[in-house]
Amino acid sequence: MTAMISAVGRRTLEVLRILGHHATFFVEILRACPAALRRPYLVIAQIHAIGNRSLVIILASGLSVGFVLALQMYYALVTYGASESLGLIVNLSLTRELGPVVTALLFAGRAGTSLTAEIGLMKAGEQLAAMDMMAVDPRSRVLAPRFLAGIVSMPILAILFSSIGILGAYVVAVLLIGVDAGNFWSIMQSGVDVRRDIGNGIVKSIVFGFICTFIALYQGYEADATPEGVAHGTTRTVVIASLGVLMMDFVLTALMFSTP
Amino acid sequence: MGKKSVEMLVGIFVLLGMAGLVFLALKAANLGSFSGGDTYTLKAYFDNIGALKVRAPVRSAGVTVGRVASIKLDPKLYQGVVELAIQRDVQFPTDSSLRILTSGLLGDQYVGVEPGASDKMWAAGDEIKHTQSAVVLESLISQFLFSKAADAGSATASPQAASAPGGGRK
Amino acid sequence: MAELHATAAATDLSPDDTMVEIDHVVFGYNARRTILNDVSLSFGRGKVTAILGGSGCGKTTLLRLIGGVYPPNAGSVRVDGQVVDCRDNEQLFALRRRLGMLFQFGALFTDLSVFDNVAFPVREHTDLDEAMIRDIVLMKLNAVGLRGAAPLRISDLSGGMARRVALARAIALDPELLLYDEPFAGLDPISMSIAANLIRTLNDTTGATSILVSHDVDECFSICDYAYLMSSQGKVVAHGTARQLTDSEDPEVRQFIRGEPDGPVRFHYPARPLAEDFGVSA
Repeated sequence: MTAMISAVGRRTLEVLRILGHHATFFVEILRACPAALRRPYLVIAQIHAIGNRSLVIILASGLSVGFVLALQMYYALVTYGASESLGLIVNLSLTRELGPVVTALLFAGRAGTSLTAEIGLMKAGEQLAAMDMMAVDPRSRVLAPRFLAGIVSMPILAILFSSIGILGAYVVAVLLIGVDAGNFWSIMQSGVDVRRDIGNGIVKSIVFGFICTFIALYQGYEADATPEGVAHGTTRTVVIASLGVLMMDFVLTALMFSTP
Repeated sequence: MGKKSVEMLVGIFVLLGMAGLVFLALKAANLGSFSGGDTYTLKAYFDNIGALKVRAPVRSAGVTVGRVASIKLDPKLYQGVVELAIQRDVQFPTDSSLRILTSGLLGDQYVGVEPGASDKMWAAGDEIKHTQSAVVLESLISQFLFSKAADAGSATASPQAASAPGGGRK
Repeated sequence: MAELHATAAATDLSPDDTMVEIDHVVFGYNARRTILNDVSLSFGRGKVTAILGGSGCGKTTLLRLIGGVYPPNAGSVRVDGQVVDCRDNEQLFALRRRLGMLFQFGALFTDLSVFDNVAFPVREHTDLDEAMIRDIVLMKLNAVGLRGAAPLRISDLSGGMARRVALARAIALDPELLLYDEPFAGLDPISMSIAANLIRTLNDTTGATSILVSHDVDECFSICDYAYLMSSQGKVVAHGTARQLTDSEDPEVRQFIRGEPDGPVRFHYPARPLAEDFGVSA
């Protein structure tokens, strides 16, 4: 009996310790950001590695999601004679929810895992320790640029996802199904508010960028210096970042979109 | 990959993002139709604002000329005080009336302006009491039932079904 | 390549001649295991000193303490008379500018080319223009014999070449103190000999102090002026010149120097009697 209680106690303390470790790591990265900003090329190179390289999967997914949304929503709306509102529904779904969330999940899978593996292997190969010994702070040279790049890339990718999704929906709705083009755009325009829908979507994607990039860097930094360790680190990145994004999405949606 | 080509590619990436944002804002949302611009404020008092929301349009002859800026309750008069932001280049005579109307059958509610014939125009900050409230569904139904009952009772009583388009709903 | 022999034997060092001093240091990464148990070592200025010992005896840990990565639990580490304080970032920065470390497998930055790797410390710590940096990098690569390899990627290098590039990077800023972590591990005889020669030549030409951590007795003895032997209990077992250690009568020293399989360091990991494990009556 007491063994069980002490086991629970130990687990709780362990969880608290891990949370605290996350927090200190986060603060260290934040503190290293100003130094990283003084070397803009480092951040730019990382934006290229994280953002540019994710473009293909984001655009392809966005297009597919736009196609599917248009199709599914059409079948649902046409029963109520409201198929003219297809554009509006697709836009709201994308800019408010699917854009930021799906982009974040794809980002965690593609860019997040590559970040984790890269940092993990750099740590295993003593590259970070070597930098330390050369009096170069690996946090401002390696970690902070990647962190900043993730925060910058994520909103851009989310916007592109939503945009190409809407275009994809247009193709399916207007060109394939035959919804009126004029109504498609005008009803959408009258129903979507820049500040509320698009703006909040961007805020969401920035928050998700924080979450995904930070988790990826942390898991890479704390991974064991073995092949299994790095592999576990990458899977943990995807799982924890995805869960974090989805839970944060609920919180943010409740905050932003609950009727005033 | 040379330094210059990386920087250029990242520049293109950021540019694409901005283009997407502009596309979303202009083509896909209501930024292009009515921006902040120069507006003046009018205060309108309604007995019942129905389902009117902030940022609902103010229309005259069907054309959007302004937005609802805020909705409050006047604690002394127990009336809804709606602040309207009207485009500065549009002016209405002082005997114009305001009604809360519904766009389409299931649409959102907006404030409609029926222009009057006076020579004097509303100035900024004017308070308008000459208003017609939103139609509430329950009143509509009871009116209809009452008129039906009155019909049954008296052959000469004319039906009083309300002619306001649509139905107010909470 | 001619064998290089150790130069003058290290005698008692006066404080001015000591570049690095480890004074009664006790250290463990965690509370469970103490790696270094009250060790004291002295490294002479301008000399090549080797730290020998089996795996897990704390040799690499000593290098980390000298570099200020961890603070000792007890005792002090002094470099050039100054106590190494891990919490003083400015002091650590100044110290690390004066030292160069060669990590076990090079620890080269895999995303940069050979040239950029060697240029890294120069670019980070100086404001020199690219033309000067190019000259410095090529000079250092030339010193290790790899000037022609400058444009190569790290993945194109063999183990021995990678080690040499790492050495070029370590000496890029002409450090006064050079730390080598297992420089001979995993190298073929030619590369080993090259590495040994480079270490000795660099030390003599630049007047730097070199500390060598290794378990390769022969190569170390061929180039070092002085050596310390450590045991797996984290203690210094013996120290002296190569000659003194080779001639030592101490059984632990003899076992290590001669590479005997059994001696004070047992061959068998502690286990139950053989008869018990195999179910055979004794």
